[in-house]
Amino acid sequence: MTTTTERAVGQPIERIEGPDKVRGAARYAAEYQVGDDLAYAWVAQSPVASGTLNGVTVDPLVEADDVLAVLWHGNAPRLAEADDPELAVLQSERISYRGQALALVVARTFEAARRAAATLQLDIAEDPHDTVLRTDHPELYAPEKVNPAFPAATSSGDVDAAFEAAPVTVDVTYSTPALHNSPMEPHATTALWAGDDLVLYDSNQHPPGIAATVGALFDLPPERVHVITEHVGGGFGSKGTARPNAVLAAMAAKVTGRPVRLALPRQALFSMVGHRTPTIQRVRLAAAEDGRLTAIDHEVVEHSSRLFEFAEQTAVATRHMYAAPNRRTGHQLVRLDMPTPRWMRAPGEAPGMVALECAMDELAVALSLDPIELRVRNEPSVEPESGVPFSSRHYVECLRRGADRFGWHDRDPRPRQRREGDWWIGTGVAGATYPTMAQPSTARVRRLAADSYEVSIAAADLGTGARTILTQIAADALEVPVSQVRMRIGDSTLPKASVAGGSSGSASWGWAVTGACRALRSSSSSSSSSSSDEATFDSSELIEKQEKDGKHAFGAHFAEVRVDAVTGEVRVSRLFGMFAAGKILNPRTARSQFLGGMIMGMGMALHEESVLDPAMGTWVNHDLAEYHIPAHADIESIEAEWLDEQDDQLNPMGSKGIGEIGIVGSPAAILNAIWHATGVRIRDLPARLDKILPHI
Amino acid sequence: MDLVVNGAEQSLDLDPRTTLLDALREHLGLTGAKKGCDHGQCGACTVLLDGRRVNSCLILAITLSGSEVTTIEGVDHPVQQKFLEHDGFQCGYCTPGQICSAVGMLDEFSQGWPSAVTGSGPPDLSDPEIRERMSGNLCRCGAYPNMVPAIREAAER
Ligand code: FES
Ligand code: FES
Repeated sequence: MTTTTERAVGQPIERIEGPDKVRGAARYAAEYQVGDDLAYAWVAQSPVASGTLNGVTVDPLVEADDVLAVLWHGNAPRLAEADDPELAVLQSERISYRGQALALVVARTFEAARRAAATLQLDIAEDPHDTVLRTDHPELYAPEKVNPAFPAATSSGDVDAAFEAAPVTVDVTYSTPALHNSPMEPHATTALWAGDDLVLYDSNQHPPGIAATVGALFDLPPERVHVITEHVGGGFGSKGTARPNAVLAAMAAKVTGRPVRLALPRQALFSMVGHRTPTIQRVRLAAAEDGRLTAIDHEVVEHSSRLFEFAEQTAVATRHMYAAPNRRTGHQLVRLDMPTPRWMRAPGEAPGMVALECAMDELAVALSLDPIELRVRNEPSVEPESGVPFSSRHYVECLRRGADRFGWHDRDPRPRQRREGDWWIGTGVAGATYPTMAQPSTARVRRLAADSYEVSIAAADLGTGARTILTQIAADALEVPVSQVRMRIGDSTLPKASVAGGSSGSASWGWAVTGACRALRSSSSSSSSSSSDEATFDSSELIEKQEKDGKHAFGAHFAEVRVDAVTGEVRVSRLFGMFAAGKILNPRTARSQFLGGMIMGMGMALHEESVLDPAMGTWVNHDLAEYHIPAHADIESIEAEWLDEQDDQLNPMGSKGIGEIGIVGSPAAILNAIWHATGVRIRDLPARLDKILPHI
Repeated sequence: MDLVVNGAEQSLDLDPRTTLLDALREHLGLTGAKKGCDHGQCGACTVLLDGRRVNSCLILAITLSGSEVTTIEGVDHPVQQKFLEHDGFQCGYCTPGQICSAVGMLDEFSQGWPSAVTGSGPPDLSDPEIRERMSGNLCRCGAYPNMVPAIREAAER
């Protein structure tokens, strides 16, 4: 029936939804026309970090014709117990962080809702608060696990003895600030009730997860909640689970009997949807004269909230990067009067590898050894802590090939040697890694006609290219051209998909899609009469059986910076990433993901910082004018390439995740280049010019 | 008030506080222009007002009686095709603003307007010029390196 077609996987196919996106026809959560009686909601947020809300007074004259409801814990519908306490919105008088939703105004117009919310009188009894992370905090404690389920502390050998004995050691502390995901589309929900069923047009990374979570709060089984997530304007982790906007919109729709739209204002994203925890990381490295590491110690201090324990896995990458007989990693937390930190692109690896990879650079300097050679000499043969062999590891190849492509070899290792006009120029390198994961998912394929297939899975495309690569995967598994495949995603009523997170989307969903398509093909090619026009596949069992350890993507970043000797301004003249991330499913979208991660890494190195005001108990730069992310003018030469890596122990496609590895290591490469340019070691991110200037 | 949007006359009865962006999105159903910040900080809401690029979130609609507005839905420009070819976007949320901004920027450029990086003499449309002139449009996905060649090639056509 089918003729052999050229494989679609590996082809640089243009994004399927691209034409809609460039014409403004792609619809996002706040853009659905859901009836003439649509109402708008606006959140009144807490102006204090800790306290009690005793009452809310509404001025009856304000927007009187348009206000439909003012909800707060004194009158809001009761929700069922929430696993995530931040979703128990308007349920209690307790204020746990500044920016917490205290009241919700629902009005006929957006303008009226906003004005009425601004004029609410919140009767608050304020308590003292503590929002400052420090290494001598009396309430520091060691959690049992760090995300998602790693032991918080590991140790083997005798680290202290190794440090005593080592001829060369490095003992450095790096700190990274709180960061905010800041997707361009603020979190938004349009909610309506159809009888007892709830419909949510919601911007998120996991439609079935949102359906289950929000449903549980309203005592509804997941199938009674329909989450539509056709397009998502970025998430970077902050939309991985339901956020308060979905619950508030559903509540408001229930109370008013109208469809309700709640699009969070940009400022609210700095408190209500999560952030990356600040970290203070001490890294100690001990080495023999030849550069071989004898001990690695990585201890992390970070925060969580009063509401619950979120323990970022900052030191976990250190457990498998380099060989050393004596090793220790640990995490300590303090629970502050802050919003709960959440996932932000490469949670753990991104900040953790800043400290490790900068410390490795410092060690290379101490040893007078090329930083690439130092890394090569410490290449492990198996995963050092688990003893499990790597399914594939081409880190050294990334370093070597990257060095060739970047032009590393004639580098003078001494700092502060190249000067052109007012610019000091330097180069730096750093390693990258990200775990390869897959999570259970189910997909369905239907043959609609001899040359037309519909493939369904409740996945979300946040701009990753998921819709496109899944179409390619399905086409290959069905052995038909991509033009015959219609991919349906972004709807919780489709077969259950795992979250678009942890760089696991394509592996998880592609596995299910492959399984379903192969099942359909084998049933139709079998001579029996059971030939069917539909097949479904659930990957749970296969994933359950899989070895989880030893599976990682690797990469190497190279940066060239120039630092203005007069102003201290840093410009990244070149940024180059070489990756070994399994089979690349679509080179066009993959390159964009790598580059996007690297650019966010540049932001982490140079621009991004949520600035805490301890007196107010919040971050003060809570908008896009003051929370700086890279702009067009910050980008000069930037490129990503990859090795042709085969790994048949992963999933049917042989792919590793690529959404996050770009941000891992790129900040360290830039910081190392700043040192090489100027001799100034920045150990407190970001590398603002006021930290550099006094030293050059 | 009356407004010409994408060539069609529109009569609107608006709250005086309604921005052009909200008038387009909530009253005219033209959701192509995006709201990223509502404060003139991101460029996602960029449209063409009487041919010039503006942040529509910063303008009150009632001040615009008789003006002509072009939104992404009314744009038909080579830069759109070039964005597809170069993968000049990921999530697509900044994209309508980037494209409207590019169209407006190319027009400014063709009229000889200088930018902060223009030297003496007539500007030439180098990559640094494009980046400088497009820097009011943020992209959190980091699609910048793909947008610049897309805009350059569209200009060359
Ligand atoms: S929404 Fe207008 S500039 Fe951001
Ligand atoms: S494409 Fe996502 S913000 Fe630009």
